[in-house]
Amino acid sequence: MQKQLAKMKQSLFDQGYLDEQFIQLEELQDDANPNFVEEVVTLYYRDSVRLVQNIEQALEKNPLDFAKLDSYMHQFKGSSSSFGAKKVKTECTQFRDHCRAGNADGCKRTFQELKKEYATLKKKLEVYFQFARQAGPVEKACRPK
Amino acid sequence: MGSDCSSAELHVLAVDDSLVDRKVIERLLKISCCKVTTVESGRRALQLLGLDGEKSSVEFDELNVNLIMTDYSMPEMTGYELLKKIKGSSKLCKIPVVVMSSEKVMSRIDRCMEEGAEEFLVKPLKLTDVERVIDFILRGDDKNEKKITTSLKRKTMMMHEDFDSSSSQSSSNWEQPFQKRPKIAQN
Repeated sequence: MQKQLAKMKQSLFDQGYLDEQFIQLEELQDDANPNFVEEVVTLYYRDSVRLVQNIEQALEKNPLDFAKLDSYMHQFKGSSSSFGAKKVKTECTQFRDHCRAGNADGCKRTFQELKKEYATLKKKLEVYFQFARQAGPVEKACRPK
Repeated sequence: MGSDCSSAELHVLAVDDSLVDRKVIERLLKISCCKVTTVESGRRALQLLGLDGEKSSVEFDELNVNLIMTDYSMPEMTGYELLKKIKGSSKLCKIPVVVMSSEKVMSRIDRCMEEGAEEFLVKPLKLTDVERVIDFILRGDDKNEKKITTSLKRKTMMMHEDFDSSSSQSSSNWEQPFQKRPKIAQN
């Protein structure tokens, strides 16, 4: 089962959903804290609901307050990159570029993409973590320096 | 994987408005054998440190903090403003402060270092970043060395920009800022 889990993880990396930071967090797991990454991800999805709503509301205003949107997206990007959400992070960067260029359409378009990636990642990670729980804790010989 | 936490524990106050980041930094610090208190704002941090101008309760006075790690971008009070308040206080100025940010802006880094920050860490944080900071605090390096190496660090950081993209393994932070100078920092 460990092999399948590893394959699943590799696939998430190969497809660009996750980056190195995800591994960094997995390295922090131990017997006492075997589900740390899952806890972080759960927290992220719960905490970012409010932020997504704020951004949506802000995107309905006319004209757009680009500074405010940029600030929201800075927060979004920050927490997304804290656990290695690569595609989500990329969309955040794209969105901020549009903010700085004052490109309202670009912002709206990119935000739709962002929401897609955000939702897709959530589903994929739900499957991954469910599998990880079944597979049990991984024996770590030593943490690589 | 459990580290040997038999040596005296540092008490670290971590300040970050992001719930996710607070969870991560708490874990990183606990693995590094630190006692951790996390707060979501500079104002709250100052309250705990007894610097909010109001009468602190006895238990707050006893909060003995060995290191403060603060995010830079926070609403109301930035990490820089918090740093200034701490360094401007006779009571707290000796506490080392590390500033963290997801944005590597040279002027921001310079400003923080000039205001007395020990380090400027680029997010997302890795365990090696935290371990390096803790090591440094525990060894209690000479303050003078820090002043001399600030400009060197800047050069090192700028040189690292070129190297970062070529190596996926390289940290986005400075490598060994005090212990040994990176080989690339020639001149």
